[in-house]
Amino acid sequence: MVKLKEALESCQEEYFLPGNSCCAGCGLEIALRWAIKALGPNTALVTPASCLNVVVGLWPKTAPNFPFTNMAFAAGAAGATGMSAAFKAKAYRFPGKGWDEMTVITFAGDGGTADIGIQGLSGAAERNSDQIYVCYDNEAYMNTGIQRSSSTPHGAWTSTTTKGKDRFKKNLPAIMAAHDMPYVATCSISEPLDLYDKFKKAKSIKGCRYIHIMAPCCTGWGFKSEDTIEISRLAVKTGSWILYEVENGIMTLSKASRPLLDPSKRSSLIDYLSKQKRFANISEKDLIELQEYLDHTWKRIEADLSCKEQYPK
Amino acid sequence: MTEVQNDFIQKRESIIIKGNVAAAYAAKSARVQVISAYPITPQTTVVEKLSEFVDNGLMPGTQYIKMESEHSVFAAVVGASKAGTRTFTATSGQGIFYAHEMIHWAAGARLPIVVSIASRGPAPPWNIWADFTDVISQRDTGWMNCFCSEHQEIYDEILMSYKVCEDHDILLPKFVSYGGFILSHTSKPVILEDQDLVDKFLPPLPSEEGWPHIWMDPKRPMMFGNLIMPSSFYYEFRLKIHDANMRAKEKIKKVAKEFEKIFGRNYGNGLIQEYEMDNANVGVIIYGDLALQMEQAVEDLRGEGYKVGMVKLRHFRPFPTENLIEAAKKVKLLGVIDRATAFGSQTGGPVSCEVKAALHETKGTATVLPIINGLGGREVTLEQQKDQLLKLVKYNETGELPKDMIHGTLWDGLLEIE
Repeated sequence: MVKLKEALESCQEEYFLPGNSCCAGCGLEIALRWAIKALGPNTALVTPASCLNVVVGLWPKTAPNFPFTNMAFAAGAAGATGMSAAFKAKAYRFPGKGWDEMTVITFAGDGGTADIGIQGLSGAAERNSDQIYVCYDNEAYMNTGIQRSSSTPHGAWTSTTTKGKDRFKKNLPAIMAAHDMPYVATCSISEPLDLYDKFKKAKSIKGCRYIHIMAPCCTGWGFKSEDTIEISRLAVKTGSWILYEVENGIMTLSKASRPLLDPSKRSSLIDYLSKQKRFANISEKDLIELQEYLDHTWKRIEADLSCKEQYPK
Repeated sequence: MTEVQNDFIQKRESIIIKGNVAAAYAAKSARVQVISAYPITPQTTVVEKLSEFVDNGLMPGTQYIKMESEHSVFAAVVGASKAGTRTFTATSGQGIFYAHEMIHWAAGARLPIVVSIASRGPAPPWNIWADFTDVISQRDTGWMNCFCSEHQEIYDEILMSYKVCEDHDILLPKFVSYGGFILSHTSKPVILEDQDLVDKFLPPLPSEEGWPHIWMDPKRPMMFGNLIMPSSFYYEFRLKIHDANMRAKEKIKKVAKEFEKIFGRNYGNGLIQEYEMDNANVGVIIYGDLALQMEQAVEDLRGEGYKVGMVKLRHFRPFPTENLIEAAKKVKLLGVIDRATAFGSQTGGPVSCEVKAALHETKGTATVLPIINGLGGREVTLEQQKDQLLKLVKYNETGELPKDMIHGTLWDGLLEIE
């Protein structure tokens, strides 16, 4: 992993500028800021409907210091597919001008990824469309006022699951890994160096790459804005959010999650849930089910780790 | 067909191809840089042919992306056009409906995308045959829309459309539509122009900087499509889309003239084509493939001494109001023939609705009789079209409306129901 000093030195440049209208303590802002630091300036970003549409600034103010376009809700991955193709066409027409060095990324929320955008994303992954698709996951439709998404965890309050969500969180990274993409990774904003490394690695790979970042939302989850990183860290420490990479079908656990293969090393789930108002009224039954689901998720990770063969390319 | 046109065609070689293949050849001639594709009947052979061109190295540098839905197809050309490339796709019926959100997006972002449409009837029940309700239902998106009535016109109109759309004073997307199966899957001779001539006619491909108003360039970082408050320029941007549409009328006329000068084929003034309208008592406004057959019907009835004429409507958006008013001054009665529906409107057809609105308050223009026919590919024969004209003649002479009017519209060619 990159050293902190080295990372700080190599990414002095800011691409997502201050003056944007993110809430104080916004997880998305940290995710985007570090992602673009790793990718550098030759990056064009497509964002479907999400908080990101709004927080980047009302017209004509713009916080991103890189090419950035808004796109319809379901159209993130497809819009980026077209843009990526256009840069290839431009590279053919204007050789040696750097158009072949452009990285196209889609930056979408969990609703834009796991719900309305999953068709376009699945299509892009299957075609191996040359882009990095990033899901910043705040586990609900925050921009419209905290409605449940398929990425909302079991038992969580949202404005459309007032008694707690009855279903489990959709396992999007696993779904994307099942597309046999060249690269799938999960990140947390509490592990910025890990996130930085994963984006650097993703940039060096061609084809469709998927990165899923846990980006807590203090407004929607109900915690103090100064606790965003702490909450993110607890998500990782309790094993609720597992950091790993899948490269050509081979999974490796990342440093922060590696010790947690041993269940005794995981912090108590209560430590994580009790700091968030969305779980304030979770029933005992839901709590038990949530714990069982996490244990099951780890069993699946163990099974995935046992595969040592790359899929045929 | 004018005499100039006839002479010209005799001098050139043509090949016999389907309407869809003509659309594909036009995209190739226009040197499009990004094509996004998804199959839908009856458009599919357009993107099949383009795939063949690309696979065989006939379109060097062109990116051909096989999307997973029409929504994504339009999103992809939007993304590609934003980055400053000439783009093309084709679709039909349900595909248009599914892509509707992105169709708005393309016009809102002022992207000069050209899309060929093999029109088909909306489901349910399933229908795949000629009916322009699909493309006409995109009326208020800001896209321009042209109807073709024969194979050569599909090829020609796609070329003309790029020239209109990419004009820096216009910058709008455009549909080039034609009847599914009737044109898409039948074969006729089409002249494919020399690449040198096409290059001379079309504007050059977008420069490295892209379009003047939108780009994706790290050297000029910019953000596009932000949220905009009601007190800011959203309202004004909408006016600009309308204004560009209206100004496109002159551009379309100019391009049609230039086209005729270089290639020798005449499409009226680009917006409409009149046929035997001078000294006619009764006329029809008609569009798409049925316009071609109607020319024959008019010619036949003229031979029998009836003073009938027709206007072929080429553009639905922008709507050629001024030209239609002039045409409507020449006759006493004007039948407006739609192969499309506008349910619940004052007339049963969308174009007749527009014509009525256009003629409203202009003195000395014809009475309008709305006619609907051929929905969902129902055959409309030459005899039927002649009968339509005769019904109009009779109404004009006797004041007696055709007996099968329904809600003020002649629904012609319905099945007999007990």
